[in-house]
This record gives sequence, structure tokens and C-alpha cells, in this order.
Amino acid sequence: MSAISGAYEWLTTGANWQGEKGVWHRLAEHLYFSGVALGVACLIALPLALWLGHIGRGGTLAINLSNVGRAVPTLAVLVLLTLTPLGRHGDVPTLIALVLFAVPPLLTNAYVGMREVDRSVVEAARGMGMSGGQVFARVELPLAYPLVMTGLRSAAVQVIATATLAAMAGEGGLGRIITAGFNLQDTPQVVAGAVLVAALALLVEVVFVAVGRLLDPMRGRA
Amino acid sequence: MSEQNCLVANDWVCGEYLRSRSQELVDATVQHVGITAASVAIGVLISLPLALLARRRRAFAGPVLGVTTVFYSIPSLAMFSLLLPLFGLSVTLVITGLVLYSLTILVRNILAGLQAVPEEATEAARGMGYGPLRLLWEVELPLALPALLAGVRIATVSTVALTTVGAIVDYGGLGTLILDGLDSDFKAQVLTASVLCVVLAILADLLLLGVQRWLTPWTRVAAGRASRGTRIRKAAGAAEARETPEKVA
Repeated sequence: MSAISGAYEWLTTGANWQGEKGVWHRLAEHLYFSGVALGVACLIALPLALWLGHIGRGGTLAINLSNVGRAVPTLAVLVLLTLTPLGRHGDVPTLIALVLFAVPPLLTNAYVGMREVDRSVVEAARGMGMSGGQVFARVELPLAYPLVMTGLRSAAVQVIATATLAAMAGEGGLGRIITAGFNLQDTPQVVAGAVLVAALALLVEVVFVAVGRLLDPMRGRA
Repeated sequence: MSEQNCLVANDWVCGEYLRSRSQELVDATVQHVGITAASVAIGVLISLPLALLARRRRAFAGPVLGVTTVFYSIPSLAMFSLLLPLFGLSVTLVITGLVLYSLTILVRNILAGLQAVPEEATEAARGMGYGPLRLLWEVELPLALPALLAGVRIATVSTVALTTVGAIVDYGGLGTLILDGLDSDFKAQVLTASVLCVVLAILADLLLLGVQRWLTPWTRVAAGRASRGTRIRKAAGAAEARETPEKVA
């Protein structure tokens, strides 16, 4: 399979990693887009979802939002935003699209996590005289933690994947190596770019799983 | 004449575009529907035996769920590109990628549905002399049908959206129009194709919901009988959101 050996050759050629179009620069762009967007999405979604979960409202919103998210093609949103006046501001359309697609998994999982906390445990905590804030911080949040982290992980992988599509709308990131390869009809470069992107997505998934386990407040307890 | 001008002015909404390019829109929609339908159909055909095997052998379940989950976290642009050496620039490439994505959702849902079949039902059927095949076909599959169809609905909706990325190899249905529209800064084409994509997803979901109701009339009777029907459905919706990973890009 010449494309595979070609891709290996592409990846092991030092020149392909250097410069404006090199792997390191594209990776930095990719991580910058993804990091900023994930941060903003967390700031928007997590407080809202945790609060809604705490007071027990907005369930329909949380569930339906994730279904709507599935139906809207990322590529369409990216291209639409690029063609609006926002498109003149470089990274802005990409960042907005990434935030939009990171919010549903964060919101849905955090909300469902809060609502699935055993009601009798919450009642018991209240019976012991805990205030609303204490119930939230000491009971609900630690028990909802696994699902909140699942949401964060989906959102992170989602953002990495969407940042790849940004290349189709003309922005930077690792996807540019793939789209540039298509334009040059250079299959080894396309495959090399795809390997890099897939590896990054899997790495992010693994890192988030590991960090999630490490920080679990219930770790080592029953 | 004023409608001619919306093409010149490059408006987002343009009636003249719809009229003059209707054939192009129809062709792209047909391609989009074809790719989606083929992907989901092949996905069901592959995931059903996989789910049955995973249920039969625990040692098989781990790898199947693990491998399909790994496929799922590969970004779509990368997935199509990785398949490029195998299939070249073809519609097979796009369909294969989409099938690989649909497996995650379908296998999980079918497996969950089969595992939720009450022990009493299978015991009773066995006691009545049902063989394993008849048991599967007449008892287990019908009882697992709501979960299976829920999986098909989710897979279909996300496949409709993901098909657009096939534009990278010119087999993206409406996505190809979206990408061409970006290259030529043609706003009406981008917006029309995007809206059509979302409409397709909603129509497909409603159609499958109809099929689900028609094939499983007993679920409605049961839900109606239980006074807390709505709450049960809500709980089911919440569980669905938790079990099913997100896939948008």
C-alpha cells in the first residue's frame, strides 16, 4: 500500500513539521482553537446546567438541545458563519462554531448527572440540616461528577473534531494538512494528516478519561 | 426583474436561485438521502449480528464496544481521509465511514434492548418449546425493537449531518453545495442547502418515529395504562441522552 508508506515518509520528513504550514504550527492552532472554545463553552454551560439540575428545572431543554445538536451539520454552521460579516474576523467564526457544538454535551450530561443523584440521599442531607449550597457542593456535585466529566470528554473530542472541519471553511488547524493534501492531490499527505488528527482525538479522549478518574472526588470510597 | 437581482446582490434568501437551480438541489438531496439510507441500512445489517454475538459471549462484547467507540472518536474529515487509500474518491468511501460511525450507536442500543428483555418472557417461550431462532425472532427482537429503533433514529439524524463532510471527496450531497457555495461566496446556495439538511434530518426522524409507533403499538398501550406515563418517557429520554455519545462533526 503505497499511500501508507508514503504517509509514513511524509510524517518522518522533518521539513513537513516546520514553518507556517508545518505540523507544529497547525497543531498549535488546533489546540488554541479547541482550548479557548472548550473553556468558553464550560463557562457558559456548566454553571447553567448545574444550577438547573440543582433546582430541577429545564430538563426538556437539556435533552432536546443534544438532539438538535446532532441534526445540525457542523460544516453548514462553519460555512454560514464564515460568509457572515463575522467571517472577516479570522478565527471568530471557527471559535463560535466550536463553542456552539461543545455546549450540548456539557449541558446535557451535567444536568442529567445532577438529576440522577439519588433523591433520598439529597433528602437525608437536607434532614441533617445542610443548606442548599452545602447540599449542592458536598452531595450533588460529587455524585454528579462522573457524568459531568463524561460530558466534558465528549465536548473535548467534539471540539477537536470540529476544529478539523474548520479547515474546510478555510481556517487553520490540523485539518489544513488534509485539505491541502486534497488540493495537491497528494494522497500520502492526506493520510498523514488524517493519522495526526485521529491520533490527537484519541489522545485527548484518553487524557480526559485519565484526568477524570484521577480527580474523582469519590475515588477510593465505596 | 427584482428577483433576478437577488442573485446579483448575493442575498441569503433568493427565489430565483430556487427556480433556476432546482435540478441541482434535487440531485444533491437525492444523493444525500441515498448515502444516508444506504449507510444506516448497512449499519443495521452489520450491528445486529455484532450485538447478538456480544450478548452471547462476554469476551466478545468488550472488544466490539471498544473498537466501535474508537471509530467514533475519529473526526469525520480524518475518517474519510484515512479510507481514501482503500476506496479512492468514491461514494463507497463516504458510506463506509458513515457505517463505521453508525455501528457505535446501533450496537449499543440493540444490545441494551436485548439485555432488557425480561427473563420471564424468554423462560416462558422456552417452556412453550420455542427454539433459539424462533425465540429470537418472535420474542426477543420484538421486545428489543423500541431500543433498536431509537438507535436507528439517532444514527439517522447524525448521519444526515455527517454526510455533508463527504463534500471533501465530492460525495457529500447537500454538503457539496455548501462547500461550493463557500468557494464561490454564493450565500443563497449555502443557506438553502444548510436548511435542507436540517429539514431532511427532522423529516427522517419523524418518519422513523412513525415507523416505530406503527411497529410497536404495545408500547403506547403500556404507557397509557401507567398513570406516570409521561414521567417514564422522560426518564427514558434522560437515559437515552446519557447512554448515547455525541457525534456532530
